[in-house]
Amino acid sequence: MSPAGRTVRPVSIASFAQMQNVRRDDEHNEVEMLMPVVAEVFGTIGITKDDVDFICSGSTDYLIGGPFSFVMALDAVGVWPPRAESHVEMDGAWALYEAWTLLQEGEVDAALVYSFGRSSLGDLREILTLQLDPYYLAPLWPDTVSLAALQARALIDSGKSSEAEFAAIAARSRKDALANPKAQVAGDRSVDELLRDEYVVSPLRRHALPPITDGAAAVVLAAGDKARQWSDKPVWITGFDHRMETHSLGARDLTSSPSTAKAAEVAGVHDGPVDVAEIHAPYAHQEVIVREALGLDDSVRINPSGGPLAANPMMSAGLIRIGEAAERIRSGQAGRAVAHATSGPCLQQNLVCVLEGA
Amino acid sequence: MAEHEALHASHVLEYPYSRSVGPVIGAFLTGLREGRLTGVRGAGGSVIVPPTEYDPTTGEDTGELVEVGPGGVVETWAWVEQPLPKQPLDHPFAWALIRLDGADTALLHVVDAGDPGSIATGDRVTVRFRPEADRVGSMADIEAFVPEGSA
Repeated sequence: MSPAGRTVRPVSIASFAQMQNVRRDDEHNEVEMLMPVVAEVFGTIGITKDDVDFICSGSTDYLIGGPFSFVMALDAVGVWPPRAESHVEMDGAWALYEAWTLLQEGEVDAALVYSFGRSSLGDLREILTLQLDPYYLAPLWPDTVSLAALQARALIDSGKSSEAEFAAIAARSRKDALANPKAQVAGDRSVDELLRDEYVVSPLRRHALPPITDGAAAVVLAAGDKARQWSDKPVWITGFDHRMETHSLGARDLTSSPSTAKAAEVAGVHDGPVDVAEIHAPYAHQEVIVREALGLDDSVRINPSGGPLAANPMMSAGLIRIGEAAERIRSGQAGRAVAHATSGPCLQQNLVCVLEGA
Repeated sequence: MAEHEALHASHVLEYPYSRSVGPVIGAFLTGLREGRLTGVRGAGGSVIVPPTEYDPTTGEDTGELVEVGPGGVVETWAWVEQPLPKQPLDHPFAWALIRLDGADTALLHVVDAGDPGSIATGDRVTVRFRPEADRVGSMADIEAFVPEGSA
């Protein structure tokens, strides 16, 4: 029996694809957004839907404003004859976790994971209040930016960070995004210039917020013979865990992330050197908190893709972190990488995935 | 990219749930209607506000209800220059996590401070309830917190 969270059965990220991240896609419905992404994730490794045994998706009805929207989205794959399929009302990173768990059981060898979300359809700040405690929090309509700002202030007050560091993180992220053709927001602006941005909710200035993004992403997971058939150099998941903190915001220390730290410990982040980390910290200050919780030193390259400050498609931004980290290993830029995904207000829930080359 | 403009139509969806609040949250909301702030004692003796039937950190059952406040300390705050339509105040305000006197955890609400220079972490604030006739047993029965001494 291996330690909890460490891989029993090796599973590889066989393929990854994502949509061009955009502020608003008026021209396609969710199925039409997903179809090219699914075609690409299969096409890259020369397989079809008939080669996967399980499908798991991540999305939320609260964005589309209709029930069971994930059922409709299955048309992007085509599920005839009937397929084994599941869904989580969470970021696709958690759908990937479910598929990985099923692959651990050994009855199936390959799975398709995808996620999608059009953040542009409604007022995202208002919609996201509906994820909060319905008794004490949601009736006040505290929007997601305001809650993040409470966390940012606590971080500044604790002496762990500063507005200048938030700006430096935003500047680095969007400069890196210049090399990412799928990024939504990219550019080269100085920290001094960013610090002249207006506040959206103080102490968060415009640059410290993620963009509002429509997007979709997909991953093919493979184990056993299929992992080696579909790649000469498989990228393996060697540790995987997710943890959650209380939804009582005032009972948490918002300046730390014990759930990330626990997930990192169980997933074995510290069992070897980390070359690259793709961190799903939608607000610039949250990168400081997650980096500390993951125990990463300054030698680790953070978010070479630009991260969620360059594109933050709801329900996909976490799955994209896993895909981007895997691509860094596949391309030879990294030997061992960590991907992180988050959900809920102020980093309430966190997932950590450790990836290694062959 | 498109030769034509996509058509748009508004689609309003609401989730008008009625909820049963139970013995602990119910006691807190009833207390608000009566102008009182209530906490609950956790297994380790700490006082949890807003109260829940379980300790939010350990999951253990909580115990007796205790009165807290009406004053407290700002643990962290965020200044909103442009309130969103459904938020408690229609003029600039601060969101704050407030640790009420006698409590070990913090309550989220708004502070009607006037301007961002009039609030800081560590400041003392006190509750301002709505007029009794307007209270319905909800978080909105608290109109706002205000800097202590200005109530």
